[in-house]
Amino acid sequence: MRRIISMLMENEPGALSRVVGLFSQRGYNIDTLNVAPTDDPTLSRLTLTTVENDLRIEQLTKQLNKLVDVVKLADLTEGAHIERDLMLIKVRATGVAREEVKRTTDIFRGQIVDVGPTVYTIQLVGTSDKLDSFVAAMAGAEILEVVRSGVAGISRGEKVLSL
Amino acid sequence: MELLSGGEMIARALEDEGVEYIFGYPGGAVLHIYDALFKDCKVPHVLVRHEQAATHAADGYARATGKPGVVLVTSGPGATNAVTGIATAYMDSIPMVVLSGQVQSHLIGEDAFQETDMIGISRPIVKHSFMVKRSEDLPLIIKKAFHIASSGRPGPVVIDIPKDVTRPDETYEYRYPKSVKMRSYSPAQRGHTGQIKKAAKLLLAAKRPVIYSGGGVILGEASELLTQLARKLNYPVTNTLMGLGGYPGSDRQFLGMLGMHGFYEANMAMHHSDCILAVGARFDDRVTNTVSKFCPSAKVIHIDVDPASISKTVIADIPIVGPVQSVLTELLSQIDLLTEKDAGVPDQAALKRWWDQIDEWRDAHGLFTGRRYAESDMIMPQQVIESLYRVTGGDAYVTSDVGQHQMFAAQYYRFDKPRRWINSGGLGTMGFGLPAAIGVKLAFPDQEVACVTGEGSIQMNIQELSTCTQYNTPVKIINLRNNYLGMVKQWQDMQYEGRYAMSTYEDSLPDFIKLVEAYGHVGIQVKKLADLDGAMENAFAMKDRLVFLDIFIDPMEHVYPMHIAPNGSMKDMWLSKNERT
Ligand SMILES: Cc1ncc(C[n+]2csc(CCOP(=O)(O)OP(=O)(O)O)c2C)c(N)n1
Repeated sequence: MRRIISMLMENEPGALSRVVGLFSQRGYNIDTLNVAPTDDPTLSRLTLTTVENDLRIEQLTKQLNKLVDVVKLADLTEGAHIERDLMLIKVRATGVAREEVKRTTDIFRGQIVDVGPTVYTIQLVGTSDKLDSFVAAMAGAEILEVVRSGVAGISRGEKVLSL
Repeated sequence: MELLSGGEMIARALEDEGVEYIFGYPGGAVLHIYDALFKDCKVPHVLVRHEQAATHAADGYARATGKPGVVLVTSGPGATNAVTGIATAYMDSIPMVVLSGQVQSHLIGEDAFQETDMIGISRPIVKHSFMVKRSEDLPLIIKKAFHIASSGRPGPVVIDIPKDVTRPDETYEYRYPKSVKMRSYSPAQRGHTGQIKKAAKLLLAAKRPVIYSGGGVILGEASELLTQLARKLNYPVTNTLMGLGGYPGSDRQFLGMLGMHGFYEANMAMHHSDCILAVGARFDDRVTNTVSKFCPSAKVIHIDVDPASISKTVIADIPIVGPVQSVLTELLSQIDLLTEKDAGVPDQAALKRWWDQIDEWRDAHGLFTGRRYAESDMIMPQQVIESLYRVTGGDAYVTSDVGQHQMFAAQYYRFDKPRRWINSGGLGTMGFGLPAAIGVKLAFPDQEVACVTGEGSIQMNIQELSTCTQYNTPVKIINLRNNYLGMVKQWQDMQYEGRYAMSTYEDSLPDFIKLVEAYGHVGIQVKKLADLDGAMENAFAMKDRLVFLDIFIDPMEHVYPMHIAPNGSMKDMWLSKNERT
């Protein structure tokens, strides 16, 4: 099953490499990875997605928790949560395709954030599934470049991942 | 407040931490530190002959004393040479603090002379590591390193120290913290009472119980409690390779080691058990054989301080995360409560049937009851260990290398006390034995220390004979000489029709007697069984000398029992070259 694991990590050099290294060391795959500072400058928030069975996930979260730099960890997929992935996609926009790309972007509530004589750059925010569908819907157009932030996630309601 | 340079702070912090020995080897990046040690440091430094040996010696010291071993090496090759020893300590959860030199901060990343990314190289084999950025951070980092290395599930910690951080011309206020708290590191302090209650009930209801204990009992100083528990219930106990000495090896309730080369009665009891109490053990592949066939009718209670050890391979029915000492204490009092309430538990009739069955197994194929050697003048390796056991009264510290000799030592030396058996179980590092023995002997100069080795393994760190001369560590080296990489040969006999690919070197072995004499030690060659006990006594009578016993043994002997793999269960064993279960 696909899991979204989110953690608060000491903002120390080497912390990220310990987390990432653990995956290869123990034979796990990371599908997406997102890491950035938080409101507390001593902490960064890391969110990653991976597809594994329950047993392997249990072992993985235990191993991650054991890392001294990991302060707190949650498997967001265990409860109601919000996930967002941000995509910037550059497509060829000439002739009839120009209109078509614009229309599809509107349907997906994306924004064209850069316009060139022959290209559009579109920004789209949503779940990974939504971004995947958008890319699929663009199949008719010529996709020049795709860049995604990886999933960031947060629990719904009162539940928080904080110190 | 005192002003100290970075190098001086390291020397002082090690003193303040109560470190007894530093095992190390100098080089450019650590010269400021060495100068500080030379000028003013009460902690003696032991100069090894190879950095791998520094880590093994510190490791041996740590295993024997329970205190973290301390290592100091230079950058680049010094650090990479230490890697095998760090990995060895990591696999066996041994507390160790490794200070490695690093090139000057401004050169990092430029492929400077003797630069290597030690934090990166050591990442998968350390409990944690620190890169020091500022001299003034040194005291706190060192304190944290010792704290992390020795608490919870212990392990090695690396501190990488750029040379400029230790420069003598810049000084800072020094204060060594008494204790340290870290928000991101807080190992479990006690087990969950509800779980412990459940465990007590399950344990008392068992009809065919086995207590399976590992290195965690030794690391967690819980041998006495474990023994108390087993004796109170009259339940059988088996130990892992790392757990030997956690329960008295000469006791009637002891079934011997379990696993790949475990005792017949231990493996049989495990397989047929209905309740396994696993304490400080981790169900590793050398114990379980095929996991899916592991102990089909057993409920498993698993106590460990590391949650990640629980249900990693074998799913626990009752997991209990906590230090073995506090959990066993609580478990004992729960058992007292329950047995007071209900005089019927444990079921004594069932327990008697279980013991009858175990005794039957033991009589049939137990190593001390079943097996006899053919009358011959050839020395069998088992006889060497039995001789060592007799001559040392079963009370020596025994270190070992890796191979057949290691398994014979584990099987035939009946360790009655914890911390006496010192071997590389998890990583299986040849070359561990001699340097580890140095660390043990320095910790306990008045105790007998024997290194059981093979002519293959001993040559992996033979240069340490020189360290033994310099620091006067009169250990006894028991070389089980079979002129083969014996364990490799055994597998080649069993699985490759005796094709001995690269497992022989008979005509190129050194004259070990001359070799040890060249280092100033005593060498004795033993070729006949009749001479064995005499030579052994002779060696241990020379209290102040390192004696190397070069004992020629039957080269064709195999270690048995041996699990049948792949696809075998605990009870599937070779019992000799032509008998199997
Ligand atoms: C550093 C290292 N290299 C290789 C091995 C693989 N290995 C395991 S046992 C063994 C043979 C050991 O031979 P020896 O030390 O003579 O002991 P014996 O088995 O003959 O008692 C080898 C090569 C190992 N465990 N460690």
